[in-house]
Amino acid sequence: MKLELRFFASLREALGVSEESVTLPVAVKTIADLRAHLIERGQPWSEVLATGKVLRCALNHQMVDASTLLEDGAEVAFFPPVTGG
Amino acid sequence: MPVRIQENDFDISAEITALRKGDPRVGAVVTFLGAVRDMNDGSKVKGMTLEHYPGMTEKALEDIISQAKTRWDIYHALVIHRVGPLLPEDQIVFVAVTSAHRGEAFAACEFMMDYLKTAAPFWKKEDTPEGARWVDSRVTDDAAMARWLKKS
Repeated sequence: MKLELRFFASLREALGVSEESVTLPVAVKTIADLRAHLIERGQPWSEVLATGKVLRCALNHQMVDASTLLEDGAEVAFFPPVTGG
Repeated sequence: MPVRIQENDFDISAEITALRKGDPRVGAVVTFLGAVRDMNDGSKVKGMTLEHYPGMTEKALEDIISQAKTRWDIYHALVIHRVGPLLPEDQIVFVAVTSAHRGEAFAACEFMMDYLKTAAPFWKKEDTPEGARWVDSRVTDDAAMARWLKKS
């Protein structure tokens, strides 16, 4: 499965990446799987995406939770809780 | 356009006039204006930069309007949110809602702001004397949103 990843705000700065195309192993099926897969890259991913950190995730521009299934070709974004308004 | 994301400032009087123009059904207009404060979490704020997620932001705000229209008997709704560099006293966000009577417009306007605070992908980075810092989300914003979930 291929995905377009996007990172925003403090995550973007800490990772030094705003967007990236990835091809995933078949075992990566959900948002939680993707997060674990990225954590396996080591620093800074393991710290920025660490399980204890409160993050939000969007799949094709819709806010989703960790159990949501990924879709081939989707745009997946990770970001901190929003602070607009 | 009921949703606008822009760097430029806006004129709330002109926006309100345009929103209700040509619709004599409108008996009430409720608005909210958010502005940049010069103080946050005990630090002086010299300015801030607002980042957003182009593409998702517009969809999230349109979804907020469509939910408000489903829940309350309102005619028109407008959301303007600025992005980029802003200074204390600058206008950040404007929400306006029209209806026949005030009750529906008051509720819808408050709902839209509470929803925006927790679901629209904007992030503030403040410039303080101690350096630049990303603003943390507030538990009170989640609590404000949760009230609307219980009522539905």
